[in-house]
Amino acid sequence: MKTLVLIGLSLLSITFLTAQSAEQRGLQIAKAADKADQGFNSSIVHLKMTLKNKNGQTSERLLITKTLEQTADGDKSLIVFNSPKDVKGTSTLTFTHKIGSDDQWLFLPSIKRVKRISSNNKSGPFVGSEFAYEDLSSQEVEKYSYKFLKENGTLLLVEQDPVDPKSGYTRRIVTYNKSKGYRIEKVEFYDRKNSLLKTLTYSNYKLYKGKFWRAGTFTMVNHQSNKETVLKFSEYNFEANLTDEDFTQVALKRAGQ
Amino acid sequence: MNALKKAGDATNAFAKKWAEFVIKFKWPVLIFTIIIALGLGSQGNMEFDGDYHVFFSESNPELEAFDALQDKYTKDDNVVIVLSPSNENIFTKENLTAIEELTAETWNTPHSSRVDAVTNFQHTSAQGDDLYVDDLSYESASKTEAEIKIIKEKALKEPLLVNRIINEKGSVTAINITVRLPGKDSAKEIPEVTAFIRKTIADFQEKHPNFQIHSSGLVPLNTAFFESSMRDMMLTLIMLVIVIITTLILTRNFVSTIATFIVVVFSIMSAIGFVGLMGIKLTPPSSVFPTMILTLAVADSIHILITMLQKMRKEGYAKKEALVESIRLNFMPVFITSLTTVIGFLTMNFGDVPPFWDLGNITAFGMTMAFLYSTTALPALMAILPVKTKETKKNVQKASWYTSLGEFVAKQPVRLTIISTIIISGMTYLATKNQFNDEFINYFDETVQFRSDTDYISKNLTGIYNVEFSVGSGESGGINNPEYLQKLNEFENWLNTQPEVIHVNAFSEVARRVNRSMHGDDESFYRVPTNREEAAQYLLLYELSLPFGLDLNNQINVDKSETRVTVTIQNISSSEMIDFSKRAEQWLQDNTPKPMHTIAVSPTLMFSKLGFRQADSMLKGNIIALILISLVLMFALRNFKMGLLSIIPNVTPVFIGFGFWAMYKAQINTGMVIVFGMTLGIIVDDTVHFMSKFLRARRELGYDAKQAVIYAFETVGKALVTTTIVLLAGFAVLSTSSFALNSYMARITVIIILSALIIDFILLPSLLILISKKSEVKTPVKELNTQIQLDK
Repeated sequence: MKTLVLIGLSLLSITFLTAQSAEQRGLQIAKAADKADQGFNSSIVHLKMTLKNKNGQTSERLLITKTLEQTADGDKSLIVFNSPKDVKGTSTLTFTHKIGSDDQWLFLPSIKRVKRISSNNKSGPFVGSEFAYEDLSSQEVEKYSYKFLKENGTLLLVEQDPVDPKSGYTRRIVTYNKSKGYRIEKVEFYDRKNSLLKTLTYSNYKLYKGKFWRAGTFTMVNHQSNKETVLKFSEYNFEANLTDEDFTQVALKRAGQ
Repeated sequence: MNALKKAGDATNAFAKKWAEFVIKFKWPVLIFTIIIALGLGSQGNMEFDGDYHVFFSESNPELEAFDALQDKYTKDDNVVIVLSPSNENIFTKENLTAIEELTAETWNTPHSSRVDAVTNFQHTSAQGDDLYVDDLSYESASKTEAEIKIIKEKALKEPLLVNRIINEKGSVTAINITVRLPGKDSAKEIPEVTAFIRKTIADFQEKHPNFQIHSSGLVPLNTAFFESSMRDMMLTLIMLVIVIITTLILTRNFVSTIATFIVVVFSIMSAIGFVGLMGIKLTPPSSVFPTMILTLAVADSIHILITMLQKMRKEGYAKKEALVESIRLNFMPVFITSLTTVIGFLTMNFGDVPPFWDLGNITAFGMTMAFLYSTTALPALMAILPVKTKETKKNVQKASWYTSLGEFVAKQPVRLTIISTIIISGMTYLATKNQFNDEFINYFDETVQFRSDTDYISKNLTGIYNVEFSVGSGESGGINNPEYLQKLNEFENWLNTQPEVIHVNAFSEVARRVNRSMHGDDESFYRVPTNREEAAQYLLLYELSLPFGLDLNNQINVDKSETRVTVTIQNISSSEMIDFSKRAEQWLQDNTPKPMHTIAVSPTLMFSKLGFRQADSMLKGNIIALILISLVLMFALRNFKMGLLSIIPNVTPVFIGFGFWAMYKAQINTGMVIVFGMTLGIIVDDTVHFMSKFLRARRELGYDAKQAVIYAFETVGKALVTTTIVLLAGFAVLSTSSFALNSYMARITVIIILSALIIDFILLPSLLILISKKSEVKTPVKELNTQIQLDK
């Protein structure tokens, strides 16, 4: 009888432990991925965004993205539009925050003014693409709660639930590659009614500075609208040594001119 | 010439042999037919398709244009939930909180892609140098009285909301749920959405009893189609009861009733098998096929049974002989009627509306099988089952009624012809006064909730009909061109001045709104930007500020070269709808550069043009039906002149039907376009019977025209009245359908069938006498006789 109780208790504790560790392990993986990418300081990259609708009609936008690594808070980033022609020079400056809403400014060269954007809304499409702003912004660990799902060879599947109630998603399922510095291979997005909305696939990975994996292509497919957006990254530059000075409203204005 | 007579004799001999064969092998024949019926029936699979797309053939240009528009932007089907709080004010803390709650819940609707409500409206405002875009009322439960007052003021000033999401008083509001149905299996997707919406509404109603709730939109429309198919299917049961009662009254024999019942059930089972084998998905128009087949098939059995029983009762035949004689006499007429009916129904394939192809084909197949069962299973059953009859002489008295009618007509053929001609001409003139109207809301009568809810919404909030334009700029990113924006704005303004327009949703409104906010909410900047870069950059800024599901992708195409203008229209008739769209298209041609010229599209407009399209395409089919059926008659009557004459009593009932209709409703829908071909196949029956008896009297009995007419009345008068009653019963049952494509079609068919009988009793005999008289005057009797001989 005693042994039975003991077995029962140990079984219970195992289930409890595994249940707990699913969340802990998920968080661990996210932290490991975050850590693996630490120390890149800053980067500059050219970006070609191709939007494709159901009929195969396409439209392109060219951007340059500058990123500055932060440790105490979320990363800072600056995006400059080079095309289409009528938005050339328009740039956004974003301060991601680990907790709370991000800060975002937009410089409009036509009126030479910087406007702050209400950042309550991060779930909408980024310049008409299938990427939401929240898909592209810096992935801070604190923005999600985690649950480890399963291990598939070197691939680890983790469910991430956004903390922000205004997020467009109920959850994302992220596939990390353990053997490649915890780089992300695939993300599946589930909408508010918990049905699969989009799949983001990372490909053409390259290793920079022997440590930082960067994908050359992001392919986002919307399963509900059958629209697709492809991001192609080129000319990664980790040697620019950008500083906080390059991520101010003044710098934003300068970047756009 | 004797070949035809030989053919006639041959058919007689064939029919006799057939009957003898069936009676001899009654058990194998019966078992064989049971196997066929069960075999076909086992393939039966009745699936319903409620998607409104089924009404449009793939080559329908309006559908193509609409699909192209949806591919360019987003494919939107929608559900509108309209809330009317009992205090007649949306803007209270409780009501806003409830609306917010329901809005959040409806995001969970299967396949939903967007939910628009007053609370989540993306309100744009300037705060210093910042652009602020946010829900109009977020976390309403925490709002103060003063904040709610501001929300109310903002909402009632917002052109995008008023007359679309809220009414001018702010007492009624809508939640518009956009769903993107994958379109893989509409028979599953639509009920899935409907079930969710109904449950959500029921739950909400329970929690907030102070709200009155109505719902409409394209998904509820599809559901209404779906449910009306199933309801009309149920009419079959009523018809079955009527068939049993009618057969019992007419034959006064229990066994005959059972046999008839078995024949019609076999016919329907076979038709259901056909539906399954062909993979047809049933729609409201095609779901009435069981009632159609019942109505038409029962006539075959009744003809055969009545003759058989008469032979037994009056002429003292034994059962077997009576049966053989009845088959011999009826085989050809039943074959001819089945053939013409099948031809009539098959002509529906000429039309442009797929559900009617299905109806035509299923019914044609069912009728073919009904003919087979009536000439196999029916005699086999009658041979097997014991039939008891008492000799009666009751009918003698009744026949005199038909005799006196015959005498009445024979006395005054000229007068009756003139009167009939006047009435027919008058009715034909009236018939041209009918107008096409395919307002899809009015397809449903007031007993259908979709109709009553939609009427409520039209009366209290907004319109359900819309028209859309994809207005191009001719270049990538061209929607930010100030000239384009200016012209688009002018188009928006012009649309707003049109009397039938309730609301316009155009991109120029977004451009104005953002421009105003970029200038510190200064009202004088509520106009489209005048600089292309400015416009493009404002748009970029605005788009970056929108949340999930509330973006502009449903309004702007990917390379920003075209925008979508959605115009909400009052409930107007199809011709007014077409007129409006033409006016708008013309305005664009007259006032804008070439790339902006475009055509109006929408489901409403597709339905508006459906009747015209169907009528155009059916014209050819109807002419072919008329020619084919007249040829069949010429062959059946073995007389070219008589076949030609038969066109008059076959065609004029349709004119009378539509003439009556002009006085009754004056509006005709797509469903009524098919009645010409369909009724032609049915009413031909009367003419065939009457004329063949007339000719027989002249040819075989040597009667003169007047005597022959009276003879025809005496012999077939009752049979014609009997079949007409059965047909009227069937179509009367159908006319109770809550779905106008079916009920209108059935109602006009009732008028046509009734007038066909009257014409066959009044005009046809008069004409027969008049035509014969002419030839009698011109030619001596002897020659006439030879001529008739030749005609044989």
